[in-house]
Amino acid sequence: MKSLSRILAVLRKEVRQLRRDRLTFGMVVGLPVMQMLLFGYAINTDVRNLEAAVADQANTHLSRQFVAELEQTQVLDIVERQATPQQLETLLRQGAISIGIYIPHDFDRRMVDQGRAASHLLVDGSDPTILGVANQLRAMPFGFDTGNPGHAAPQVIEVRPFYNPERRTPVNIVPGLMGVILTMTMILFTAVAIVRERERGNLELLINTPVSSLELMVGKVVPYILIGMLQLALILAVGRLLFDVPVRGSIVDLYLAATAFIAANLSLGLFISTAARTQFQATQMTVFILLPSILLSGFMFPFKGMPELAQWLGELLPNTHFIRLTRGIMLRDAALSELPGDMAYLLGFTIVAMTAAALRFTKRLD
Amino acid sequence: MSGEFAIEARGLTKRFGKLVAVSHLDLDVPRGQIYGFLGPNGSGKSTTIRMLCGLLMPSDGSARVLDTEVPGDARQLKPRIGYMTQKFSLFGDMTVLENLQFIAEIYSYPRRERAERIEELLERYDLRGQRRQLAGTMSGGQKQRLALACAVLHRPELLLLDEPTSAVDPRSRRDFWSALFRLAEAGTTILVSTHYMDEAERCHRLAILDHGVKVADGTPSELQANTGMHVVEVTSSDPYHAQLVIADIPAVASVTQLGVRLRVLIPESHANPVGLVEEAMRAAHLDTQAKLSTASLEDVFVAVTLQPRSKAA
Repeated sequence: MKSLSRILAVLRKEVRQLRRDRLTFGMVVGLPVMQMLLFGYAINTDVRNLEAAVADQANTHLSRQFVAELEQTQVLDIVERQATPQQLETLLRQGAISIGIYIPHDFDRRMVDQGRAASHLLVDGSDPTILGVANQLRAMPFGFDTGNPGHAAPQVIEVRPFYNPERRTPVNIVPGLMGVILTMTMILFTAVAIVRERERGNLELLINTPVSSLELMVGKVVPYILIGMLQLALILAVGRLLFDVPVRGSIVDLYLAATAFIAANLSLGLFISTAARTQFQATQMTVFILLPSILLSGFMFPFKGMPELAQWLGELLPNTHFIRLTRGIMLRDAALSELPGDMAYLLGFTIVAMTAAALRFTKRLD
Repeated sequence: MSGEFAIEARGLTKRFGKLVAVSHLDLDVPRGQIYGFLGPNGSGKSTTIRMLCGLLMPSDGSARVLDTEVPGDARQLKPRIGYMTQKFSLFGDMTVLENLQFIAEIYSYPRRERAERIEELLERYDLRGQRRQLAGTMSGGQKQRLALACAVLHRPELLLLDEPTSAVDPRSRRDFWSALFRLAEAGTTILVSTHYMDEAERCHRLAILDHGVKVADGTPSELQANTGMHVVEVTSSDPYHAQLVIADIPAVASVTQLGVRLRVLIPESHANPVGLVEEAMRAAHLDTQAKLSTASLEDVFVAVTLQPRSKAA
């Protein structure tokens, strides 16, 4: 009996404390709701509206009909028309499209002659889901008359995966995983770094010294940038040695992109640290960022395949832009200058988050 | 040389929501003296100190600290102030030496003189043996000496100490106070908050705070001379009952038991305080001796923090 009442006392205390810790309480409600929404809506393996471009060199009645049928599947969204397959490859490398449809000038003849495929899908193989979609398209029966009734269904499409022709998973995963790992460690390190000092009372001492908010922030962030660089080198080395993941583009470009990304995450971590009161809260808030950074960034599911709202949220996350950069540089041999938007976003994000953190971190206690 | 006072505060007020932590505080702290803040927990001592060093924004009123307006440009004030927090706020996972070096760097202490200054502080605050010890693993007294060493490293003109001795033993407290006197001797103005009477007694001047209001200030002897109360010391073999009887005398402002003795405060307007007590004792058949005594600081504290007594009797 006594034991029960003691248990109840502890239980009541926990509930009371939990109720007063609004942030934790928010997480109790927020995390499952967010996960449900993400899994329910964003995570959609029926990919639709992948951006595609077509280079129709045949431009016959039959080829136009073929393109129209591909569009009707709604899997592809043809955003550009180009003249040559080389132009398709450029778009692919820049990440502007996921699939390029190349129709050679002898398309009609190839439809009859079964020796060679009538058209080529140039696929961004750095994303495994897109490759899967392309393979589905290949298996699709076409309703139009091939003019070859006597034979079995002809080979209309040949899929040409770019950047990862052997279709090895690590090649697809590692560039994205880099972003996820850096997001987790960088945000957590900095978020906890300031909150810990607040908890231990160090902050009261520090804000009474001549050190300014900005000096304090910069001094805290720089060591972690170096740690981030070290992590990046580790991931690349392990990827290279164990999984043979290539870095096809410039390593300098990759490090430049990573520096911007690390800075963005650290700024975000600092911002969190100005909002969180305890290390536990800081950890929770980090998870709150980490989860969408895994699910909505294009790491697990093709970005263009997500519903619009999820894409919109995803665009806000630094990891989304970093993954585009790493996949571009590491797998598609893209130069940083070919992906200016993503780089610009990371830099802008850093400036905004850093400013917000410095403004919120007043050198006062009230 | 600038003004006579290191700190001049006028109408300093701090509200936290509905709670008034400090209410219309006026304060004049002369330079080169040790000025004490005496008051119970929650009387507004820490809040006042935090407002004076710019850590908290006053809700009302203002102060001049070292001829600088507060709130105002706190940045140029920080290098001239040393602050010792109530809770140990140095880095527990760094050694004594590392902590001192960090503070020297933060305050941009001249690089060439750093090592010498740190040695001097280690020596003066008896920390030479601990230089490679992690600060977090030291005793309360050692931590406190390190905190003081860090607070004075940059030779501040004004030292703000928030209950510096609350976590240390009496011996360490004595040593600590002799260090303070030495600093004051060298010209440092020291504002120190405490709830120990013996410490308050050592201050050159002090202010007594109660519920955020300054209820008295002056030198300890001034305060003891001007309580407005007679102090009657009563010795009794049955102090418990004697106390009950004395508390019932309408003129008595307060009774405090100290072992077998009772300290009785009776307003000065009363002509014969000893007679009053003796009469009540006789009526209650209690064997006691009563004699007039001089006010201790504790009596002063009791007298000035008395709630206006609504005596039913």
